[in-house]
Amino acid sequence: MKKNSISIERNKGFWTAVHSLWSGLMLSLRHIKKATKRREQMYVSDPDYFTQKEGLVTLKYPYETIPVPDNGRYRLHNEMDDCIVCDLCAKICPVNCIEIESIKATEEIGITSDGTKKRLYAPKFDIDMAKCCYCGLCTTVCPTDCLTMTKVYDFPEVDIKNMIYHFTDLTPEQAREKQELFKKQQAAKAK
Amino acid sequence: MLALLICIVVILGLVIALAYAERKVAAFIQDRLGPTEVGPYGMFQAIMDVLKLLQKEDIVPATADKNLFRIAPIIIFAAVLAGFAVVPVSPDIISSGAEVGIFFLLSIVSLDVIGLLMAGWGSNNKYAVLGAMRSVGQIVSYEIPAGLAILSAVMICQSLNLQEISFQQGILLHHFAGLENEKNYLFGLKALNVDVTAVGGITTWNIIRMPFLLVSFVIYYIASLAECNRAPFDIPEAESELVAGFHVEYSGFRFAALFLAEYTLMVLVCLVATILFLGSWNTPLPNMGPLKLATWTTGTPGTIVATSWGFFWLMSKVSILLLSQIWLRWTYPRMRVDQLMQLCWKILIPVSLGMVLLAGVWRLLMI
Ligand code: SF4
Ligand code: SF4
Repeated sequence: MKKNSISIERNKGFWTAVHSLWSGLMLSLRHIKKATKRREQMYVSDPDYFTQKEGLVTLKYPYETIPVPDNGRYRLHNEMDDCIVCDLCAKICPVNCIEIESIKATEEIGITSDGTKKRLYAPKFDIDMAKCCYCGLCTTVCPTDCLTMTKVYDFPEVDIKNMIYHFTDLTPEQAREKQELFKKQQAAKAK
Repeated sequence: MLALLICIVVILGLVIALAYAERKVAAFIQDRLGPTEVGPYGMFQAIMDVLKLLQKEDIVPATADKNLFRIAPIIIFAAVLAGFAVVPVSPDIISSGAEVGIFFLLSIVSLDVIGLLMAGWGSNNKYAVLGAMRSVGQIVSYEIPAGLAILSAVMICQSLNLQEISFQQGILLHHFAGLENEKNYLFGLKALNVDVTAVGGITTWNIIRMPFLLVSFVIYYIASLAECNRAPFDIPEAESELVAGFHVEYSGFRFAALFLAEYTLMVLVCLVATILFLGSWNTPLPNMGPLKLATWTTGTPGTIVATSWGFFWLMSKVSILLLSQIWLRWTYPRMRVDQLMQLCWKILIPVSLGMVLLAGVWRLLMI
C-alpha cells in the first residue's frame, strides 16, 4: 500500500475503487481502535501540546477545563474603592453597556491606591455583561486601573436581568443623603 | 396480540441500542466522546431522546395535507414492522411460518415507499417533496438488485419460507418437515461427494453452499443500505442540501416514528441478509471429528437451550452487520444522485442478473 500519496487518481478501474474503499474503512477503524486513549488536557504553551495526535479530543467541560490565558478578556470587575467615577469607560464603550451616574462630594472622600483623589460618588455603576462584547477598551482607558478583566468566563444566568452587574457601593438612601449634602453645600456657597 | 407486544418491545430495545451504538461509534471514528452524561457512558441517552421527542408538540403545518401528513409516519412504521412477522428467531420461535415468507416481507416493506411519498407530498414543502422523490426513486431502483440477489439465494434453497431456508443451513436439516431426506454437500456440489450434513457450522451456510452467493450478498448489502436511506446512499435526507428531506416538517412523536422506522428497517434488512446468506440462527462453528462444536452450540430443538443459542447466533450476526452499516456511514461521503443511479442500473442490476443465472446453473449441479 502506497502511503501518503496526495494526488487523487480517477478511473483506475474496479480494484482501485475497492482498494480505496477498503483503505477508507481501515482509516476509520484505526480511529475506533484509538478510542481508548484521550488527549491530555494541557495548556497550549505546553511543549507537548502539538505532539498529541491520537485519541479522543473532547473536553468534558464542566468537569475538565484547560487553563485560561493570563491576558484573556473575560468578565469585568470594578474595584469600586479605586474608581474615581470619571466616566471614561462609559464613553469609550462601543456598545454603551456601562451606565454611570455621579454625585459630587462635599469634600475629598478618599484616595485611590495609586494616589488619585476621589471627589465623586457613584450611586449607579452598572455594566450589562449581556451586552458587553469583551473588547477591553474600558479597561485600557481607566486612569486608575480599577476596571479589570478577570479569568471568569463561565457566568450564565437564568434571568437576563442578572447579567447587569451593579458595582456601586452606595445604597439608594446613602445616595440620597449625599445628594442632599451636596445641595446644601451649594446653597451655602451661593449665599 | 401478545406476540406483537413482545415483538415491539424487542425491536424497540434493539433500535434504541442501535441508536446509542451509532452515536458512540460515530464519536469514536471522529475522535469524540459521544454521549457521556445520562447513565454510565451515556447509555440511557437514546431512551431520553425518545422520551423527549414524545413530549414535544405535534406540529402540523397549516397548509399541509393534514390527513396524509398525519398518517404517513404510521404507514411507514407499520410497513417496516409488518416485515418482522415472517422472521424466524430460533429453531422454534417464529412469528409466522408463512410459506411465502420472503415474498411477503419484500412486498409489505415496499409499502414504505408510499408512506415516504405521502410524507413528502403531504408536508407541502419543496424540500420535503424533493426528498421524497429522491427517496422513492432510490428505493424503487434498489429494490431490483436487492430482489434479484434474494432471488439467487432463494433459487439455491428452493424455498420462500424463511424458516425452511434457516434449517437448510445447519445441522438441524432433518428436523424440518419435508427436508428429512435432504443432504448438504460441500459447496453444494454432489460431484465432490463430501457430505457435510452432520458437520454443519459455516460449511452449510448459503455463502459456502454456493460460494458465488458472496457476490449476491454484497449486492444485497449495498442495495439494502440504499433502501434504508443509509449513508453513503442518504440523499433523501441530505441534511446539507435538503435540510432533512421528506421529514423536514415533522416533529415530536411523528418524527420519532420516522426515525425509529429507519432504524427498524436497518435491523430488518440485516436480519434478512443473515437468514438468506449467513446461516440464519445456525452456529458458525462446525463439527470437527471429536470436537462436536456445532452440536454443542446448537442444542436439541424444542429446548430452551436451543432457543437461546439460536437467538444468540442470529443476534450476533445481525449486530455485526449493523455495526458494519454504522461503520460505513461514518466513513463514506454521500453519493450524487446520478452516481447512485449509475451504480444501481449499470453495475448492480447486470451483476445480480448474472448471479441469478449462475445460481440456476449451480442448483442444477446440486441435485
Ligand atoms: S469590554 Fe468593551 S464592551 Fe465591555 S464594557 Fe468594556 S468597553 Fe464596553
Ligand atoms: S474609567 Fe475607571 S475610574 Fe473612570 S469611571 Fe470607569 S472604572 Fe471608574
